Amino acid sequence: MNFDALDLNTVWFLLIGVLFTGYAMLDGFDLGVGALHLFTKTDEERRVMLNAIGPVWDGNEVWLVTGGGALFAAFPNVYATVFSGFYLAFVLLLVALIFRAVAIEFRSKQPMRWWRQMWDIGFSAGSILSSLLIGVAMGNIAWGIPLDERGEFAGTFWSLLHPYSLLLGVTTLALFTMHGAIYALLKTAGPLHDRLRGWVRNGMIFFIVCYAVTTMATLLYVPHMAARMRAHPWLFSLALANLLAIANIPREIHHGRDGRAFLSSCAALVTLMGLFGLEMFPNLVFSNPDPTHSLTIRNAASSAKTLGIMLWIAITGVPLVISYTVCIYWIFRDKVKLDRMSY
Amino acid sequence: MDVLLLSRLQFALTTAFHYLYPPLSIGLGLLLVIMEGLWLKTRQPVYHQMARFWTKVLALTFAIGVATGIVLEFEFGTNWATYSRYVGDVFGSALAAEGIFAFFLESGFLAVLVFGWDRVSRKVHFFSTCMVCLGAHFSAIWIVVANSWMQTPAGFHIVGEGMKARAEITDFWAMVFNPSAMDRLFHTLCGAWQAGAFLVVSVGAWYLLKQRHEDFARASLRVGLLAGMLASLLQLVSGHDSARGVAKNQPAKLAAFEGLYTTTSRAPLTLFGWVDEKEEKIKGGVAIPAMLSFMAHNDVNQPVTGLREFRKEDRPPVNLVFQFYHLMVAAGLGLIALAGLGLFYYWRGCLCEKRWLLWLLVFSVLGPQIANQAGWFAAEVGRQPWIVYGLLRTSAGLSAVVKASQVLTSIILFSVVYLLLFAVFVYLLNDKIQHGPEAADLSPSGKLALPTREAA
Repeated sequence: MNFDALDLNTVWFLLIGVLFTGYAMLDGFDLGVGALHLFTKTDEERRVMLNAIGPVWDGNEVWLVTGGGALFAAFPNVYATVFSGFYLAFVLLLVALIFRAVAIEFRSKQPMRWWRQMWDIGFSAGSILSSLLIGVAMGNIAWGIPLDERGEFAGTFWSLLHPYSLLLGVTTLALFTMHGAIYALLKTAGPLHDRLRGWVRNGMIFFIVCYAVTTMATLLYVPHMAARMRAHPWLFSLALANLLAIANIPREIHHGRDGRAFLSSCAALVTLMGLFGLEMFPNLVFSNPDPTHSLTIRNAASSAKTLGIMLWIAITGVPLVISYTVCIYWIFRDKVKLDRMSY
Repeated sequence: MDVLLLSRLQFALTTAFHYLYPPLSIGLGLLLVIMEGLWLKTRQPVYHQMARFWTKVLALTFAIGVATGIVLEFEFGTNWATYSRYVGDVFGSALAAEGIFAFFLESGFLAVLVFGWDRVSRKVHFFSTCMVCLGAHFSAIWIVVANSWMQTPAGFHIVGEGMKARAEITDFWAMVFNPSAMDRLFHTLCGAWQAGAFLVVSVGAWYLLKQRHEDFARASLRVGLLAGMLASLLQLVSGHDSARGVAKNQPAKLAAFEGLYTTTSRAPLTLFGWVDEKEEKIKGGVAIPAMLSFMAHNDVNQPVTGLREFRKEDRPPVNLVFQFYHLMVAAGLGLIALAGLGLFYYWRGCLCEKRWLLWLLVFSVLGPQIANQAGWFAAEVGRQPWIVYGLLRTSAGLSAVVKASQVLTSIILFSVVYLLLFAVFVYLLNDKIQHGPEAADLSPSGKLALPTREAA
């Protein structure tokens, strides 16, 4: 089989989108559980929260690693421009991710109160900061960043922190927090579960307010995204699906169907990422103020040969990944019961 | 300080720190397969106890390995953006393959390995252990392939000119099986197996010295010493193959390894010494005549290329590479001797009486770590001044927009975080070792205790 008939650049735009969407959907709830971690009171509750994500957080983070690798391979210019341009922001993101990861592993290995509190804070702060920074990065990509004629970033660290990107940072945090709270609902029982219901409600309100503000801000201030929507009216159906998915979350929660609420939350994340990606297309990095310097699926891509090889790798690898990811979620499908293997 | 030096320092620091952990994960992964396999075969509870104990240690090293590994992937883009543009078409697919084929496998099944003891049947658990081991080995394959391509690029052509030039792939399998890839992969894996084996040996020897958990200790020494000996002997073979490959593919690097300036037949093999780079000779060295020619070409009369064949600006820092290389070789040979002695006295049944040897075995855990670190420094410093050998200079691979102050900030940040991580790692590992294996693990629980297999 060869891929001559396919537009490989478009295929890889979509596949990178799939990888980052997978990351947002899966690690999103890990980060959300982390953001909620300090709201829990007793040590046992905190352990339950940690073990809710215990067997899966590691695999979920691999979606980011693989997404990064795929971006490097398929669109090296985007990888180079964004990573070097967002230097300090990404270093902070790395430090936040490190703290979050090791805190999960370290925390319950010692009984001292100060020890556990230190790593509790590390876990929670790392999760919150990661969510915010991921959102800020998305906000900048949506808003556009200044690029010079070589496609290099021409701004500074501080120029990345404008109101729109910060708004997206907060929205991402809200989305992940809601998503994580619903996931935690599935994994807990008893009083913690009942209190989580309240947090889910607050999380939904927090997210829906942010979502409304972000949508308005995007329509008003990010004309290039709205323009694509007008040019391709079928995108409205995706926006509608997104709206329905979000609206369905409170409905399912109200009826106590937590599993379906979680699926709706996943659907909301997928459609949001879909909208984001398709409104950017064919740009990967939009250059603002001079759109002619934008990095697109054409001028930033690797050769057709590499994209073809990578597609083979994806076709072989992704079904394997999905099959054993499903197995592992299945093995650990029960609510959390602490035992001596637990964190 | 300039961006080049700072960026190299940062990459060296973050890679060296990261590389303390993956070899342990790979090596312990293999040893866990052996221990659990032995348990399934012999049904001796001590092997079950060992597998449970080392699973916890593996989880600890794995978590730090993952956390510090993402940093490296990001650094290609943050600090070496021009390099990334130049090689992305070739190098990127190896990194993406690593994510798809290795990391998902490893992290997914690690969950079953660590948390699944009481949830799944013996066979499913053993299968998961094997998959974690396989995943860890896959990750070594892809990253060493990518790194070897930087040493001996193959399967590509250069497209465009000047600032726009970049390497594009022409033959994927030629890239994967580039001239040094398989030698270096084997060499890296042997080093990783040694790291895992000697950690197990070290803990076993410690318990024997302290007369605690003696059954566990003896079983650990038995498994660890055998695996360590085997890995160390294989390492000798792979080291020799690797060096011959370097002589063929990267002559300047081999000349730096050996501090050889003049091209000569019957080239001597220097055992130790100090390279004076100004006078271009080795001071205070002891050498075996003609041995290097023999080692590199199997023929004492074959000439070995010296550093004077290369312009000064194309030579790596000679003394540094020389010392790292010799440190690695010395550590490697020391490990063979140590494993040999350990096995000898173990089989004579009087290892417990040789306290000096037990103390040496306790510290043997440092041997593979020193050799692995020194070996990587020799390999990567020896590649200088090239980031992609013969194609792109390290100084040309930097990010155009990143300033020295930014890199300095990130170095300070990473140093502080890594110091903390290292302290905590050592503290927790020591705590785990002092606490010792759980007596409860001598009797399997959950589904593992069931005599017959049940579906997961």
